[in-house]
Amino acid sequence: MFNSLILGAGFAAGDILFQLVAFIVLLALLKKFAWGPLMGIMKEREQHIANEIDSAEKNRKEAEAFLNEQRDEMKRVRQEAKAMLENQKQMADQQGQEMIEAARLESERLKEAATAEIKRERENAVASLREQVASLSVMIASKVVEKELDERAQKQLIDEYLDQAGDQK
Amino acid sequence: MEHHAPTTEFLGMTFNLSNILMITIASAIVFILAVVTTRSLAMRPTGLQNFIEWVMDFVKGLIGSTMDWKTGGRFLFLGMTLLMYIFVSNMLGLPFAIAVDSELWWKSPTADPTITLTLATMVVLLTHYYGIKMKGAKEYGRGFVSPLKFLFPFKIIEEFSNTLTLGLRLYGNIYAGEILLGLLAGLGGAGIAGALGAFLPMLLWQGFSIFVGTIQAFIFTMLTMVYMAHKVADDH
Repeated sequence: MFNSLILGAGFAAGDILFQLVAFIVLLALLKKFAWGPLMGIMKEREQHIANEIDSAEKNRKEAEAFLNEQRDEMKRVRQEAKAMLENQKQMADQQGQEMIEAARLESERLKEAATAEIKRERENAVASLREQVASLSVMIASKVVEKELDERAQKQLIDEYLDQAGDQK
Repeated sequence: MEHHAPTTEFLGMTFNLSNILMITIASAIVFILAVVTTRSLAMRPTGLQNFIEWVMDFVKGLIGSTMDWKTGGRFLFLGMTLLMYIFVSNMLGLPFAIAVDSELWWKSPTADPTITLTLATMVVLLTHYYGIKMKGAKEYGRGFVSPLKFLFPFKIIEEFSNTLTLGLRLYGNIYAGEILLGLLAGLGGAGIAGALGAFLPMLLWQGFSIFVGTIQAFIFTMLTMVYMAHKVADDH
């Protein structure tokens, strides 16, 4: 058992040769049937993962760009709506003002017309009164002339006529 | 207990038939293991593929720790094959040994210095080959006289001592383990008291041998990459 401990004791050239050949053959076989395909699949996976990361990054960027676009669009629309609303309000205000002005003018016109009417009526009334007074005066005068009257009777007469005039008016 | 090797002469060379047998078995096991684990490769690794990918990553780590991946990548397959072959070889001798007519047939092939030194010599020769191939003969030659000229003899000695230590370290660890296992087995077979006394140490020593066998496979592969890095890397 111990004689094989000493290097020179059992020099087996055949073993050396066989071990070498066996190892080289094993290496070649494994390279072809095991390590090669394994390496291939690991490389492939690496590539796949890299691609996935790239595409995820791309998608993220696209989404971000889209989001920004949408945000801008939203802002624009909101501004437009605001402007529109303001316009409408202004227009409504203006219309209201116009209507008030028109109403005011109309009422002014009506008032003026009414004033003119009143004035005319009064003038008419004054004119007719004057006419009546005149005719009454004539009538009174003719009555006075007709008969002498004492003061009491005269007063009574005047009152009577004035009453009559008031009734007629 | 006295075993000797079953040798035969063929074409003027001595063949240790036990070694031939065990080398073949170890190679076959490694090959079957590798092919089975890589039989159904998928992008989404499962079960056995996970294991073999872990081995590959492990060897990648070994190479990466000694040289950069661009120069070291080509040694990946060598490293994986070495690691698995030596590991399987170390494990083969653990569960039992078979001796027929006091000729030891079943043992670890790595428990024979011829085998380990063959592997070590092959590795060292490969480092020289790749050193010349990748850096050119001039740069390779300069490696022997740098940083100082008088270091040349030491560098030459270093090459041989590297080879010897690389091979004999593996051989020594595995052979010692097998001798102790053999002695314990002999004790266990001696009688009931011997069997009771040998059981626990046997258990412990087999566990320790698994550990040693794994570590030695790792060290052999690691040192292969270190020697390789000495020869092919630009720095160091």
